[in-house]
Order: sequence, then C-alpha cells, then structure tokens
Amino acid sequence: MAERQVKVATDVGLHARPAAVFVQTAAVSENEVGLTKDGRRVNAKSILAVLGLDVRNGEEITIDSDDETVVNRLAGLVTDTGETGAPRNPR
Amino acid sequence: MTGDRTADITGVGVSPGVGAGPVRAMVARVPEPPAGQRLDGDAEAAKRAAAEAFEAVGADLDARAASAVERDRAEAAEVLSAQAMMARDPGLAEVTARKIDEGTGTARAVHEAFGTFRELIAGAGGYMAGRVADLDDIRDRVLAVLTGAPMPGVPNSDEPFILVARDLAPADTALIDPAKILAFVTAEGGPTSHSAILARTMGLPAVVAAPGALEIPDGTRVLVDGATGVVTVDPGEAAVQRAEQAANALAGALSAASGPGRTADGKPVPLLANIGGPGDVPGALSHGAEGVGLFRTEFLFLDAATAPTMEAQVETYRAVLSAFGNGRVVVRTLDAGADKPLAFLPAGEEPNPALGERALRMMRHHPDMLDTQLRALAEAARGTSAQLWVMAPMVADADDAAYFVEAARAAGLSEDVAKVGVMVEIPAAALRARDIAGEVDFFSIGTNDLAQYTFAADRQLGSLARFQDPWQPALLDLIHEAAEAANRAGKSCGVCGEAAADPALACVLVGLGVSGLSMSAPALPLVRAVLGAHTVSQCMKAADAARRGTSADTARELARSALPRLSALGL
Repeated sequence: MAERQVKVATDVGLHARPAAVFVQTAAVSENEVGLTKDGRRVNAKSILAVLGLDVRNGEEITIDSDDETVVNRLAGLVTDTGETGAPRNPR
Repeated sequence: MTGDRTADITGVGVSPGVGAGPVRAMVARVPEPPAGQRLDGDAEAAKRAAAEAFEAVGADLDARAASAVERDRAEAAEVLSAQAMMARDPGLAEVTARKIDEGTGTARAVHEAFGTFRELIAGAGGYMAGRVADLDDIRDRVLAVLTGAPMPGVPNSDEPFILVARDLAPADTALIDPAKILAFVTAEGGPTSHSAILARTMGLPAVVAAPGALEIPDGTRVLVDGATGVVTVDPGEAAVQRAEQAANALAGALSAASGPGRTADGKPVPLLANIGGPGDVPGALSHGAEGVGLFRTEFLFLDAATAPTMEAQVETYRAVLSAFGNGRVVVRTLDAGADKPLAFLPAGEEPNPALGERALRMMRHHPDMLDTQLRALAEAARGTSAQLWVMAPMVADADDAAYFVEAARAAGLSEDVAKVGVMVEIPAAALRARDIAGEVDFFSIGTNDLAQYTFAADRQLGSLARFQDPWQPALLDLIHEAAEAANRAGKSCGVCGEAAADPALACVLVGLGVSGLSMSAPALPLVRAVLGAHTVSQCMKAADAARRGTSADTARELARSALPRLSALGL
C-alpha cells in the first residue's frame, strides 16, 4: 500500500481539465485508487466523486493505492503546474 | 407570405434570411420516474440494462466530441468528453446497482443514483453549478435510452431542420451543427438573447419571442422569415420560393449597399446615427454611420448632482468628434425640464411638463449653463477635423432661433467653427420655418415630438399611440413645409426622429426635400439599401402619393405603390 500526501498546485484545483486528467490516469490502474481530503476518502476513478470533493488550489490531499506507480503519477499531476495535460506514459 | 391564417406565428425577427423545412423541437426534460417505483423482474438483467444505457450515452457523447473536434470546436469537445466520463462513472454504476439490489425499479434507481452525486456536487457550490446542469443532461439522456422517451437536447437528424426551442442555452448551442439547421425559432428570448446573437454569428435566420412555436408538431413544414418575424405553418411551394427570392434580393442589396448614403441616381443623402454618448459610437461606426445626426447631451447632466464642468464636457464632446474623421456631428444642447428634471437645477412643478419650460426655454433662464456648454463645444472642436453642427431643442419661433444663434456665436462657435441650427419639433416652427430659416444654418426635424405637439397626444400614452405614427399626413405636410423653407433659403434640413428608420418613409422624406437622415444605428443598413434602390424622382412621387392619403395607413399604402423595389426586397 502506497500513500502520498501532496499540496494541490493546479490553478483550478481538481476541477475541469485537471480533474478529468486525474481520473483518467487513475482509471488506467487495475488496483483500487483512493483520494482523501479532510478525512473523506472517495474512489479516484469516479469523476463525480472527485468533483464532489471540491479540491481547491493549495489544499492538502492524500492519494493511496497498492499500485505505487499510479500514486506517484497522480501526485506528479497535481503538483506539476506546468503540465496539466495528458497523462505521461500511461502503462 | 401567405397572409392571415391563424396557424401562422409571429415573433421578433432577429437574424434576416428565410429557412423552410421540417420542425424539430428541442426536448427539454425527460419526465422523472415515479418515486417508489419497484423492480419488476430480474435484478441482474436490470443492472445490465442500466450499464448498457450508461455506456450508450457515454459512446454517443464521445462521438459528438469527436465530431466537435472535426469542426474545430475545441471548447465544445472538452465539455462533451467530460460529460462522457460522467456517464461512464463507476460511482454512478455502483449506486445504481445497489438500489436495484434493494428492489428499486431500474429507471428510478438511475434517477436516484444521479441524485446522490447531484447533491454532492451542488453542495460544492460556485463553479460546480454548471456541472449540475451537465449532470442533469446526462441523467435525462440515460433515462431516455432506458425508457424510450425522446432524447433531450438538440435533435440529431440527417435531414436539415428548423430548430424550435423554449430558449437556447450556451450549452445547447455549443453542440449545434450549423449545416444541419435551417433556422431557429424560440418561444422566449429577445433580440439580445443568446439564441439571437448565436443565430446572427452563424448567419442563420432566426425568430425569437414567438409564443406558440412550441405547439407546432414535430415534422410540420414551416417557413421562417428572420426579417419579418413571421413563421408560416405549412407554406405552399410558391410562398417558399417568393420568400427565398426576396431574402436573396435583400441580402444582395444589403451587401451591395455600402459607403455613403445615396439614391439610385446618385444624389447624396448623408446617413447618420442618433447617439446618447461616446458609448454608442462603436455601434454607429459598425453600422456604417457617416456621422452623428443627433448627439443627445442629457446623459452628462441628468444623473449628476452638480452641473458638469466645462473640462468634463470638452472631453466627452471631443471623444465623439474625433471618432468620425471629417464626418458631421450634430450636437443637441441640453434638453431638460420638468419632464427630465436636473438635481442641481430644480424646475417648478408644472401641470403640463411637455408644454412647459423645458430645453431652450429653460436655458433662456440659465444663460450661464448654456454658455458653458457652447464654449465646451467650441473648445472640443479645436484640434479635431469633424464638422461640428450645434442645435437647440424646443425652438418655437424666429426669436428663439435668433437668441440661440447669438449665444452660440458669442460662445466662440463662429461660422468657421460650427454650423448653428435648430430642432423643428413644434408645429409653429414648421409652419413659419421660412422666418426661422433666415436666422440659422440648418434645421433638424424631430418627428417624435413634432407628432406629439401636432396631434396634442402625449407620446408616453400607449392608448394614443396611433398619433405617433410618423406616416400621419398632417406630419408629412409639416415636414414638407419645413424642408421647402430650408431649401429655398439654401439651408439644409435633416430628420432625426424614428421616422427616418423606416426604409419606405426614408424615401418619402427625401422626396419631401429632406437632405439628411439620422436614426438608431441598427436601422442604417436597410435604409441605405432601400434608398440606393430608388431614384429621387421615385422618392418625390412617393412623397406626393403619401400626402394624398387621408390617414397614416392610406399614406403608407399609396407611398409603397410608388416605390417599386420595396416588395422585390420583401419589405
């Protein structure tokens, strides 16, 4: 089980395009992927659940999964403000 | 047009052109499956049906996104891809499956699953409000697949159609393929609604504010005229052809008519805009105004706690003057009084404000204020190349006119700086225009007030609106009187009331001897086109014909019969 706590750096937080890219990246993994904010954990592969969490710029989130690669990739997505586009090198 | 059949619908034409074809109505909402609906059959089969419906909607949205990409509509494509993701959301499928397992009917289970997420997202507020609408749209699509109800949103059809809707939201219109739509008709909305703006951008004919449009059954053939606002139900082929020919002729005339206003035989008739301040200048320029025929200066004064300073006035006047190059800018001095009171210059209570101490009459009691405005105009004219014309409102006789000209010249508006003239809006001034012509450089006829005073009919009263009809022969006689007097004295005589915005009446005014027309800017292109299609002698015949009328309606009919190109242009 891998877990990383990161501060969200994308301007719009986890909304709009960054949210879509985040969920698409999580969906590539065969394992369960969780996203937690303020103690509330949701399925990171559900766009509706992720949007419902209302993650804003500067907020702390925790990403967890047995798939360490996807955890690192997701953490990179939300902290890399320059590149919010396509997921890099999906498996 | 086939005329008076009650089935026809009239709205407001907001984007010219005609379209004929079958009606396809936009489906707004799929009915909510009843609460307490129980599962009737196998739960596993129900879950499969729900999953297939989610997938079908996701696939359809993906296909629409791909087609939006092909049409270079990147923004629409992104919205659609996001919606496709929502339709395939694992959370939705999970909640739906759980509810089906609990014995809830399939459609109801889907509805409630969407409800769960809807609440979650609506709770996030702000930006998310738009996502709630997206989610509702997906829910309705899934339910339509499940229940066989008509699919909501802009209909998909291989055959081009007339899109009928209550109103169109940006989200709807982002998905529209202009090649598939012949025209829009909306039951609600106005000339500035999103539907109207979009139609003009896409060059599609459109009629808005057409109540009854929603009652036209799908598949009914209609003819939409985006200029007149008429929607003809079940038109004959001949009517469609006539309308198309007229629309083509009008489009041709509108695009051919550019540059300065002139008659078909080349007599220049300056086409100018009425403006209320510098904010109206861009609109005037974009409609091809050659200058300003009426610059109302009240806005500087009416909302002010104190009289505007000379410096503030100079700046405003210069902003307008410099926008028109060498063009003409006709400025009307302050038109205030009991009906348009000023905070810093209380007028006494008057039983008949329209007949009281307003406009020039008021300024004659406050010569300093008039002097400041005139000096500001003289100062603004320095350093700009526009031709400044300055005129006074509410001039009754030669004495009023002489007073104003003297004040203007004394304030620095000498003959080489500005032309000085008067509004003709009081019947006495029109009847004795020959006395006034000797005092001034020009007339400008204000048809709205001239009608009010000629018919002793308050222009604010809807019940007396027929007396505001600018085709009234009595009004035409007075205009003729004033224009003749100006022409004999070698002075110019324009019209700056709404009468000038009616293309047929514009021809009649030219025939009466009027030398310039000023109107609200959007009316300019049509007036330019119609004027350019008629000769001076046709205009004069139309003017004579109109004055033989005994009512506004007969005057209009008689003039139209003398203006042969009107009906060819579908007007």
